Amino acid sequence: MNIHEYQASNLFREYGIPVPEGYLAETPEEAREASKMLGGRCVIKAQIHSGGRGKAGGVKLASDPDEAARLAEGLLGSVLVTKQTGNKGKTVRKLFVTECADIEREFYFSITMDNREECPVFIFSSDGGTEIEELAKTAPEKIGRMHIDPVFGLMDYQLRYMLDRMDIEKDIRDRITDIALRAYRLFREKDCSLVEINPLIADRNGNVTAVDAKINFDDNALFRHPDIRLLRDELEEEEREREAGRYDLNYIQLDGDIACMVNGAGLAMATMDIIKAFGGSPANFLDVGGSATKEKIEGAFRILLSDPNVKGIFVNIFGGIMKCDIIAGGIVDAAKSTSIGVPLVVRLTGTHEEEGKKILAGSGLAIIPAEDLADGARKICRLVEEARK
Amino acid sequence: MSIWIAKDTRVIVQGITGGQGRFHTEQMLSYGTKVTGGVTPGKGGTECLSLPVFDTVREAREKVGADASVIFVPPRFAASSIMEAVDAGIPLIVCITEGIPVQDMMTVKRYMEGKHSRLIGPNCPGLITPDGCKIGILPGSICKKGHVGVISRSGTLTYEAVDQLTKLGIGQSTAVGIGGDPIRGTGFTDVLKAFEEDPDTLAVVMIGEIGGSGEEEAAEWIKANMKKPVAAFIAGRTAPPGRRMGHAGAITSGNTGTAEGKIAALRSCGAVVAETPDRIGEALLMAAKRAGILEELRR
Repeated sequence: MNIHEYQASNLFREYGIPVPEGYLAETPEEAREASKMLGGRCVIKAQIHSGGRGKAGGVKLASDPDEAARLAEGLLGSVLVTKQTGNKGKTVRKLFVTECADIEREFYFSITMDNREECPVFIFSSDGGTEIEELAKTAPEKIGRMHIDPVFGLMDYQLRYMLDRMDIEKDIRDRITDIALRAYRLFREKDCSLVEINPLIADRNGNVTAVDAKINFDDNALFRHPDIRLLRDELEEEEREREAGRYDLNYIQLDGDIACMVNGAGLAMATMDIIKAFGGSPANFLDVGGSATKEKIEGAFRILLSDPNVKGIFVNIFGGIMKCDIIAGGIVDAAKSTSIGVPLVVRLTGTHEEEGKKILAGSGLAIIPAEDLADGARKICRLVEEARK
Repeated sequence: MSIWIAKDTRVIVQGITGGQGRFHTEQMLSYGTKVTGGVTPGKGGTECLSLPVFDTVREAREKVGADASVIFVPPRFAASSIMEAVDAGIPLIVCITEGIPVQDMMTVKRYMEGKHSRLIGPNCPGLITPDGCKIGILPGSICKKGHVGVISRSGTLTYEAVDQLTKLGIGQSTAVGIGGDPIRGTGFTDVLKAFEEDPDTLAVVMIGEIGGSGEEEAAEWIKANMKKPVAAFIAGRTAPPGRRMGHAGAITSGNTGTAEGKIAALRSCGAVVAETPDRIGEALLMAAKRAGILEELRR
């Protein structure tokens, strides 16, 4: 799960990581008030779940409350297209108004999971401000990486090893060390998958501040963090993906016209791949999971049909131990109650396969049966091709 | 022969009294797996499916014997269940549970260092040696006894591969689902090593997907060590970059973890990579033909 910068900044504050003073604003008036409280001069930052906001025009500098209100009016409701949002972009609904930083030096700072090493890794560069991916290409020697033993945690000597050989004053090194230890505590206590500060800055007086804040959380661990669950902003999620979450379905919107309903993530990906290989274009990724109940299948059909691009549906179920006759019953009921107006191809394999096929054939619905994966993919691609004409 | 499990493998079920645990224990028993008992804390002394239930893994192991344990407990308790099984000295631990927090798995892996248990999963369908033993949730009905080893990160895509092989008349020695999580017990290379050493396995089918670098590492290992032919498929060519495709580990970032990179790595080590998921069986036939072992595989 992702959260907004202002929420991450609050968490930093809770953990004693220095952050600039800032206020959330959802109207130009609130931005004006925030600017007043900050003494006029302030930074206005669009709050969307995406990086690259600065380059896309989502970060503005205001010199007084009136300008803050004016800039806020322009930003609120606008659509930001960053290199992470895709062409559709994201609508700005919230702004974070913060005091201006007096930047002497910029650093890159993050803690994330290294899945290969199976432990967290601390990444730091004395050359921050740019994107770390860029820096990794142009000047990899400027990036320090330090693996953290999950049992013993981040040790101060590790940070000394890393920071002492960088050209940074002792005072500032000490402050960075302190921030790193606090950020690591946050990373572990809240089950983060990423804590990133880009940039972490030092001012002329040697104060070190996190002027940006990005935190991602492990979805699987949210059950033990009710406080973090409250930070979820549903409006940042694609509508159908949000709806799918309610049925406990795994759905990802794509831009094609063949809807897919599959059990299992690997088979669902493979189904998208084969549709593409046969000249079609998948409208989505959808994994209905191992226990595809009637309610789930019905919900899945509704979500698929709410996509106006969809010109055909391919249901690909490898039942395994799940009984095909029960799944077939679910498909028939769901198809009847959602009145499907596009071609529906169903591939069903597993236990009680024959009984399942009989139920589909006897349903009175125009369900096109498929023998196997290739047969199903070929059929749906051909039918949708015809529908396109 | 087969790898890791055979007809005489004694299995206990952690979480046997839960809905999933009970259902799949029944399935395992009817397949012929030697399930000796189960563990559910607080239900020790009772019975489930006529099998004794114990409070702890240690007690189960002492009383009924266990060479393997299969875990069906909910995600929030799963990490501790794995560690309990390791602590009790269970040699093979298969964790079916999906949705375990990554940081829990990180702790589990650290805990397992220097211990003697093998973990398969989590978030996996388990493993099966056709006509011998099945541990987990794989459908036994589609399997056929034979000489092809199968390794996969995905459950239903494993079934797809096994089904294609069986329909071509090609049996399997053992099929192993290693799971879709980013941090897992047994990886591709561990399974490949075991198949390379197993005299009864003559060829291998490997099913990977986007995310991580397990397939690339496996390709390097194959190039340096593997004499048996390998066929492969990588799912997720058409997955949008940066999105998590169902499995917690199925995500590309920048140029790492892409399907193209994995396919290229596998081809460069001599594996036959299927272009589409319906041709996994054919890819294996081609790999076997090249190695001149097609007739032996059909036996």
